[in-house]
Amino acid sequence: MSLDGSLEKFRREGRIVVVGASLAGLRAAETLREEGFAGTLTMIGDEPYEPYDRPPLSKQVLLGRVPADHTALPPRRALDAQWRLGVAATGLDVAQKRVQLADGDAVEYDRLLITTGVRARPWPHELEADLDGVFVLRTTDDAAQLHRRLSAGPRRVLVIGAGFTGSEIASACRERGLEVTVAERGAAPLVGALGGVVGEVAANMQREAGVDLRCGVTVTGLEGDPAGRLRCAHLSDGSTVEAEVAVVCLGATRNTEWLASSGLGAGPRGIACDAGCRAFDVRGIVTDDVFVAGDVARSPHPLFGYQFLSLEHWGNAIAQAETAAHNMISASSDRRPHIWTPSFWSAQFGVNIKSVGVPPMADEIMVVQGSLAERRFTAVYGHQGRVIAAVTFDQAKWLEFYQQQIERAAPFPPEFGTVDRRPEEAHPVPAEFPDPSLPSHGPTVTLSGHSPIDRRISFTPLHA
Amino acid sequence: MRLVVDLNRCQGYAQCAFLAPEVFTMHGDEALMYDPRADEAQREHVLRAAAACPVKAIIVEAEDGAATAGRAGASHVA
Repeated sequence: MSLDGSLEKFRREGRIVVVGASLAGLRAAETLREEGFAGTLTMIGDEPYEPYDRPPLSKQVLLGRVPADHTALPPRRALDAQWRLGVAATGLDVAQKRVQLADGDAVEYDRLLITTGVRARPWPHELEADLDGVFVLRTTDDAAQLHRRLSAGPRRVLVIGAGFTGSEIASACRERGLEVTVAERGAAPLVGALGGVVGEVAANMQREAGVDLRCGVTVTGLEGDPAGRLRCAHLSDGSTVEAEVAVVCLGATRNTEWLASSGLGAGPRGIACDAGCRAFDVRGIVTDDVFVAGDVARSPHPLFGYQFLSLEHWGNAIAQAETAAHNMISASSDRRPHIWTPSFWSAQFGVNIKSVGVPPMADEIMVVQGSLAERRFTAVYGHQGRVIAAVTFDQAKWLEFYQQQIERAAPFPPEFGTVDRRPEEAHPVPAEFPDPSLPSHGPTVTLSGHSPIDRRISFTPLHA
Repeated sequence: MRLVVDLNRCQGYAQCAFLAPEVFTMHGDEALMYDPRADEAQREHVLRAAAACPVKAIIVEAEDGAATAGRAGASHVA
């Protein structure tokens, strides 16, 4: 049989298994059906819920405007899939083309898509993490529990880590009238993702909103009362914060443990794949039948020096899932690369923050429109003389233009004139990103080098 | 009825907040908050909001629960 013939047969009666039933898994499955895959489709998810949206969990849900179970994603089309929800995948046999499940069952595939995403990095001390009042926020269950606890009116909430999730939680707490302390290891909130210049704006926003913001400190220990309820936290500067609730926002860790003996190039940085979303094995050879998409994937990007990028972005999950699904059922000449320009948003303290490109790659930043002091601005990031990223605070309408600049590798500092440019701020200054080799909650974009089998990193919280 | 807004696309035009204020509200000048599972009674308002969105950022579940209105969130790969 010709290869073309076998592709047709596969599209007609093949078996595709999707491990990971969240945003990326759902959109991939829909794309498979949209593009004519008529075979068997199995969706495996460790959570017992149908695919749901996570961004509202740290915003509308914590504010009490929307119940946590209201964020199920609208399906774009009927799927005709077999759903195995509430059952985690525990192993993968690439040679036998079989996924092992936690309930002892196994599912065979002709082609596999891995969209297992990330999970919240837990507090590293297990006994402390088990204290009543210590939370993480990633899932709908996390959000429901945290919302319930915030509604009980704790005297103070401690947020550990001021990345986007931590900052959004702090914002929701203040809006609900709760006292909140934020402990951030870096010099400012959001510093890992947006750098020190924008981080200072975020710090001012938090302080003005009444957040007790402590930067340059780490939480060295959480202490409970005899009943096992959180009582206080000890900080590296010797101070103590009394809090009934602590939310651990130390970034995410990738769900790749189940692949440890699979032979795939999977590790703490994610699963390495080529631009066509095909997974690499540990030898650096691309696989034929295993595809990856979403937060768990890391793939080379031509705009950013072909560095492997790990993107914990809502939009990336969709775009990469659609590309992976298309490629899974296409002949190699019809495949297309995943070259999505990284984009994300955050809403906090009443400000809409949006980003495009890869800010942490930048050396310099320049405010091209608006003003940092007014918290309404567009800042452009430069790397080796070209525009590499742009961030807006309440100026989303300009972002698309800067995305085009990034995609064209336009020169930095920008040579064009813009409306509302303030001469006093419109000159390049250092972007002030922290040393990436130091552990932190981490940016949502990670430049992870070129090796498909990078297993070297491990996260070690700093203790004083 | 389930819906989702592609907030990468959203530019804060606030048309939806005028047309379906029970479902979409502005939070500050530009940030949008919405109920991803709006009451079925809101369907007409939500569909009007989705149609009016200048950047087509609102994806709405169809009445039969299967197909949907927009294709927001589709990748921009050339």
